[in-house]
Amino acid sequence: MQRFTVLDLLNLDLKEHNALDLRCLGGRPGLSREIRVPDLNRPGLALTGFFENFGPERIQIFGRGETAYLEKLAEAGEVDNIQRLLSREDVPCVLFTHTLEPTKDFFELAERYGCPILQTDLASSEFQSRLMRALSNVFAAQETKHGVLVEVFGIGVLILGDSGVGKSEAALELVERGHRLVADDAVEIRCVAGNILLGYGTNASLGHHMEIRGLGIINITHLFGVGAIRDKKQVQLIVELEVWDSDKSYDRIGAEERTRDLLGVKVAYLQVPVKPGRNIPVIIETAAMNERLKKMGYYSAREFNQSVLKWLETESARSRHFHERDPIGFDDLSTG
Amino acid sequence: MTERDVVIKNRAGIHARPAALIVQTASRFKSKVAFRNEHEEINAKSIMGIITLGAGYNSSLTIKADGEDEAEAVHALSQLFENRFEEE
Repeated sequence: MQRFTVLDLLNLDLKEHNALDLRCLGGRPGLSREIRVPDLNRPGLALTGFFENFGPERIQIFGRGETAYLEKLAEAGEVDNIQRLLSREDVPCVLFTHTLEPTKDFFELAERYGCPILQTDLASSEFQSRLMRALSNVFAAQETKHGVLVEVFGIGVLILGDSGVGKSEAALELVERGHRLVADDAVEIRCVAGNILLGYGTNASLGHHMEIRGLGIINITHLFGVGAIRDKKQVQLIVELEVWDSDKSYDRIGAEERTRDLLGVKVAYLQVPVKPGRNIPVIIETAAMNERLKKMGYYSAREFNQSVLKWLETESARSRHFHERDPIGFDDLSTG
Repeated sequence: MTERDVVIKNRAGIHARPAALIVQTASRFKSKVAFRNEHEEINAKSIMGIITLGAGYNSSLTIKADGEDEAEAVHALSQLFENRFEEE
């Protein structure tokens, strides 16, 4: 992962109920400090001079209690503990919630040591949960895959395969059929909340372009409209395209659930052989709908086989009944 | 043309999994392979066809193969029936 600095935290573009509402009050030279752990600390005890087990590498949150205590310290003219806290270079930044402001001597010390002071309008508890959410996304395990991510009937489908097998062409036709493109070529996948894989384009400002052989680079947003794109989508199905190999046997029934491991999460997986005359977009569309059915608890292949088994059972019972002489002797009665 | 009669010995009959095995095996050969019961004849390389034969326990079928490797095909397929499709 790249260095994640305090400036990056300020620049996180989060919307509505995720917004952190951050601004920088001072200590700007320290904005390049790196945030190393996705965690925060309430430095109340440190302010009283108790630094054992103090977590300096965490973001230090000053809420109402800590700020009130800072004012008490200012009245008494004590700055030692504040200085001890702010002089540490492993502290990434200090942060005031409730639009609170630091005392004058705190501000001056932070400026002197170059420790950034951030402020938010949010209440401490709400801010802490938003910050943890944002940081856990930033620090989530991630992997970049060569493929295309499209949303098909609400299912996030990651199309993989070797170069030139027709991933982009398949995605282009899916977009043309009214589905949405998330990312082409390089898909960044992040594991959030333990088991959700979110796929993004690797570069937000260059996103939603596709390279189609013979056409060059095309802009999907301009050609198909904003309805044809999405910024991120959960990866729920992986379709791997490969050139048809007549020696290889492909899944003919689909009763067994195949999965593939991505960042430790199991994702439904299909291998689809490609050859001229096979309409791959239609197959992907159908796979996505089948995936939706499975999520609703309806497994086409399994239930089909159950019906077959039931039918075979009744057929064989019938034939036994008609071919063996039955013990009650109906045959004798009918023939007289 | 080679023919051989076989009896279905696995309890469940020819459901999806055995059908897939049959198709996989039959597709390895160049010959035309078919199954026949008393009513109909179906292509042994078509999975839905084989399932709809409704071949249950103890019923019998005739394997028919026609082509350059017909003997091998009939042998390989009857082997599957002998082994009860690796079931029970």
